[in-house]
Order: sequence, then C-alpha cells, then structure tokens
Amino acid sequence: MKVLVPIKRVVDYNVKVRVKADHSGVDLANVKMAMNPFCEIAVEEAVRLKEKGVVTEIIAVTIGSKAAQEQLRTAMALGADRSILVETDEDAQPLAIAKALKALVEKESPDLVILGKQAIDGDNSQTGQMLAALTGMGQGTFASEVNVADGKVKVTREVDGGLQTVELSLPAVVTTDLRLNEPRYASLPNIMKAKKKPLDVVTPADLGVSFASSTKTLKVEPPAERSAGIKVASVEELVEKLKNEAKVI
Amino acid sequence: MGILVYAEHDNSSLKGATLNVITAAKAIGGDITILVAGSGCGAVAEAAAKIDGVAKVLCADNAAYEHQLAENVAALVAEVGKDSSHILVAATTTGKNFMPRVAALLDVEQISEIIAVDSADTFKRPIFAGNAIATVQNSDSTKVITVRATGFDAASAEGGSASIEALDVVKDEGKSSFVGEELAKSDRPELTAASIVISGGRGMQNGENFEMLYKVADKLGAAVGASRAAVDAGFVPNDMQVGQTGKIVAPDLYVAVGISGAIQHLAGMKDSKVIVAINKDEEAPIFQVADYGLVADLFDAVPELEKLI
Ligand SMILES: Cc1cc2nc3c(=O)[nH]c(=O)nc-3n(C[C@H](O)[C@H](O)[C@H](O)COP(=O)(O)OP(=O)(O)OC[C@H]3O[C@@H](n4cnc5c(N)ncnc54)[C@H](O)[C@@H]3O)c2cc1C
Ligand SMILES: Nc1ncnc2c1ncn2[C@@H]1O[C@H](COP(=O)(O)O)[C@@H](O)[C@H]1O
Repeated sequence: MKVLVPIKRVVDYNVKVRVKADHSGVDLANVKMAMNPFCEIAVEEAVRLKEKGVVTEIIAVTIGSKAAQEQLRTAMALGADRSILVETDEDAQPLAIAKALKALVEKESPDLVILGKQAIDGDNSQTGQMLAALTGMGQGTFASEVNVADGKVKVTREVDGGLQTVELSLPAVVTTDLRLNEPRYASLPNIMKAKKKPLDVVTPADLGVSFASSTKTLKVEPPAERSAGIKVASVEELVEKLKNEAKVI
Repeated sequence: MGILVYAEHDNSSLKGATLNVITAAKAIGGDITILVAGSGCGAVAEAAAKIDGVAKVLCADNAAYEHQLAENVAALVAEVGKDSSHILVAATTTGKNFMPRVAALLDVEQISEIIAVDSADTFKRPIFAGNAIATVQNSDSTKVITVRATGFDAASAEGGSASIEALDVVKDEGKSSFVGEELAKSDRPELTAASIVISGGRGMQNGENFEMLYKVADKLGAAVGASRAAVDAGFVPNDMQVGQTGKIVAPDLYVAVGISGAIQHLAGMKDSKVIVAINKDEEAPIFQVADYGLVADLFDAVPELEKLI
C-alpha cells in the first residue's frame, strides 16, 4: 500500500512573528523555518504504518519554494522513501494546493493521503478536506487514532464534544491531530541516508495547475495590545479585585 | 442569492454558536436562510425559525445527516447553497470538517475563521496563532466562510418567525460510515459559551488535582479548560484544550492555573475580558497578558481561592 504525505514548510512554532511596518505581511526575513508540526505527525503515522507492514511506500510532497527541499529531506530522514517538490515562489492557497495534490494523486494512485489538520502559518485547516472532495475520497479529519484493515481505514477524530469514530473505504484522506502520535527525531545515519533518496522537482505547469487566487490580502496588522496588568500579593487581594474592580465574580 | 447559514446542533437542540454566525450574516447583509440538516431534527428547525432576522429555514431531515458526516453534508450544502452569495458556518469541528469540502465542490476558495466583516467581500481573520490579523478580499461569486464565534455577539434567539420548509434532498455518498462516539458529559457550562473559564496546565501534575479547579468552577458557574500539555499528559480529555489548535474562548473572566502561556495557548484565550494567571514562576509569559497575576504555588492558592469566593 502506498501513502502520500503532503507537508508544508512554515515558520517554526516557537517563533512569535512580527507584522511588517508597512502592513503588507509578516516579517519572514531570518526567521527559523521548519516542517509544520501537524505534518511531522503525518509523516510519523505513515512511518509507523510501514513499520507495521501495512504500508510499502511513503511519498512526501510539498508545494513551495526551492528551500522547501530541506523539509522533504527531513521527511525522508524520518522514513519517507522518496519525495516530490512542486516548485513555485507563489504563496499558493489551499484550493490550488489541493488541485496540485489531486494531480499527484492521479499520477501516483496512493491508497491513503495523510495531511496535517492545519498549517500553523495561515491557520486555514482546509487542504485535506478540499483534496478529498476533488478526488471523491472519504475523509477522516483531526485524527487521534488510525487503523487500516481489509481495504478500510477506521479513524477516531477529535471533535468539540469528545471523540467520534468513522470508517472510510480506501483510498481515503486523513488529517492528523496532536494526539495521533509523538514524532521521532531523525537519527544522524538516517539524515545521511536521506541525502541519497530520490527528490523529484516538477513545475505547476507540469501538473496543469495555476496558483492564481480569488482571495487578496489587503493588509496585515498586529492584533490589539492588551494593556499591562498588575501583580497581586495574595489570593485575598485577587478576590477583592475581581469582585470590586473588575466586577466579574 | 441571499446568505445560507448552516446550523450547528446535536439533532435535539440548536448550538449557541449559530447565533453568532447570524450576527456575522447580518453584518454582510442579505436575506438569511438557515439550513438544518440532521435526523429527527424538527425541534432544531423550530428553534432556528425563532432567531431574530432569519427569513427562512430549510430542514433536511434524513438518516444520512444524523452524524454530520462530511461527505453527505458537503454534497447537500453545495447543492442548496450554489446560488447563494455567502455560505456561513461556525468554525467548530463540524464546520471545519465539511465546509472546505463545500468550497472545493463549488470550485471556490474558503475564508477560514473570520472575526470581523468589513464589507460583503472583505473580512478580517487571524493568522499565525493570532499574532497577525489579515484583511482579505474575495472575488468568488459564492463566498464560503467559517466564522469564529468569539468575534461576533450572539443574535437574539427570540423574535423571529421564519417559515420552515422541509427539504427532500438526500445525499448519501457512501464514502464513510459512523462507527461510534465518546462524548464528554458534564453539568458545567460549555467551554466556548461560559462567561467564566478556569483552565489548568502541566502544573496541575495529574488528573485528580483538576478536582480543585472543578470545585472553584462549580462555585462560580464556570467551565473548565486545559492547556495542550495537560491533555497530552492524559490529565483531561481532548475536548478541554484551549488554544490555536483547540477551542477559542473569550469569556468575561479566564483563570489560567499552572499554565506557562505559550503562543499557542494565548491564541485561544487572549481575547478574554479579564485574565488571571496563577503561576509559581514570576517570569512565565502568561503574566504578560494577565490583568491580575498571582505568583504562588497553585496547591496553596487554588484551595484558598475556593474558600474566599
Ligand atoms: C502545532 C502545535 C499546536 C499547539 N496547540 C496548542 C493549543 O491549542 N493549546 C495549548 O495550550 N498548547 C498548544 N500547543 C503547546 C504549547 O506550545 C505549549 O507546549 C503548551 O501550551 C504548554 O502547556 P502548559 O503551559 O500547561 O505547560 P508548561 O509550559 O510546562 O507550563 C507549566 C507551568 O506551570 C507552572 N507550575 C508548575 N508547577 C506549579 C505550581 N505548583 N504552582 C504554580 N505554577 C506551577 C510552571 O511555572 C509553568 O509555567 C501547541 C503546540 C504545537 C507545536
Ligand atoms: N504548500 C503545501 N504543500 C504540501 N502540503 C500542504 C501545503 N499546504 C498545506 N499542505 C497540507 O495541508 C495541511 C493543512 O494545511 P492548511 O489547509 O493550509 O491549514 C498541512 O498540514 C499539509 O499537510
């Protein structure tokens, strides 16, 4: 069984981004970049399925700039067998990314596509669901448990009220939530081995997709600042302030 | 034309977040139709018809929609909403699950988690865990949008008298099936609807210690939340996680106990009206957003707090 794992290069989750002075976007100069954490979980899940003998081949793919090769190498160091970069410098939106992924699904015919539930830069949480719709596949989003057996996948999903389990026939799309697994670190020998694994570069035109978007960002501003608070010396003082000053209890 | 709002419910009652979505719809402007899709969901349709400002309610009552399976619901919404100017749903796990599927079926982009309406085609939405607010303009003929409930006041649940129309459209795509669910039961208010939230983090050390927070919560009529670290460690279930990738809350009072204040946690609670932090580390970043900070050991402070309120 073949698994496709779309990953995204994003600002590292520890970085608190700053808005540019001209409000045209956030300042990404000299900022640490990394694989989107939910994509790390997706790669890990694919690798575990391979270790269990369920999966035979893992293909990591990203749509992004040349620099995103770094994240594909990381995915291969973690256990992906090969990878594909759809190279573009455009800031592609989820619908266009899903269309590019659809073209790759048609080429590679994976049984399972595992994506992150959300990219932590745009916070869209759209791509997996869109890909599922475009390819006519069923979807198991926000997964905290994935079980593949008999041509089906059972997905336990983290929902607002608790957990929901659905069953999908393969091929299917799964998106990962935080509790699905704890990603491993790449070992040095595996990092070395990953350098020799195949990394194909294709253009959006090769796939017949364009990254033109119907959504335009007019401006990007910093959020409203909270005014500085105070330290209270005791629980007593805290309760007094909440009752008489803030009047919230 | 007109605006289609998808109702969030559990087949028996309408969820409050739908009222906030109606306010967003009113800000956009146009006739508002609510779509209720479920099984045995007549009472939900009746509640929806009473919401102030709603012109019409469509009720698709069929077993295919009982568990809100994304494939079925998206096919229905895409068909019913294809000529609408806007399709809106609350950014709950239900809305986030099926709505991008609707957008793709209609070949339009989705605008996720808007917190403000500037005009019928221009919206504000947080990006990068709320560290930036983007103003975006969309030119698609049908605008597919998820709405962050904390960005909008709730519309009045009373005063409307919309007509209810049964909708005989059955979309059973057969791509997924419901196996089961484990829903958290609690007598406390829902996290996203409570006016007071008290949350615990890794500093709580274990699940039993959350009892201390439950006692305070019960005295205040509060909901209890948690950081990701507390959920990952198994102290409490996933539905209690507040943050960038959990629930977004904005109560009148938010009390963070034993929570350091990582960017991802702040993203879920920093729009609360009043924030209290109890933490033994005076350098903890949570104090930068707290109106009232108490540097103390939570195992002393929380029981004392319970006594004094
Ligand atoms: C992709 C991604 C998504 C994430 N999404 C979320 C999310 O939605 N929500 C979320 O919360 N996090 C999220 N996180 C995790 C986040 O980065 C932090 O790791 C997490 O919020 C830390 O939780 P914490 O504050 O409970 O734990 P810690 O950071 O370990 O802090 C514990 C705090 O408790 C204090 N403490 C300990 N003992 C006591 C005591 N006896 N008395 C008083 N204080 C005490 C300590 O001083 C410390 O400040 C996400 C991370 C990633 C990578
Ligand atoms: N540029 C991209 N290239 C490959 N995969 C992507 C890209 N953008 C998003 N994804 C996938 O879609 C998931 C959700 O992203 P989003 O819909 O942007 O929140 C990510 O975790 C990735 O798995």
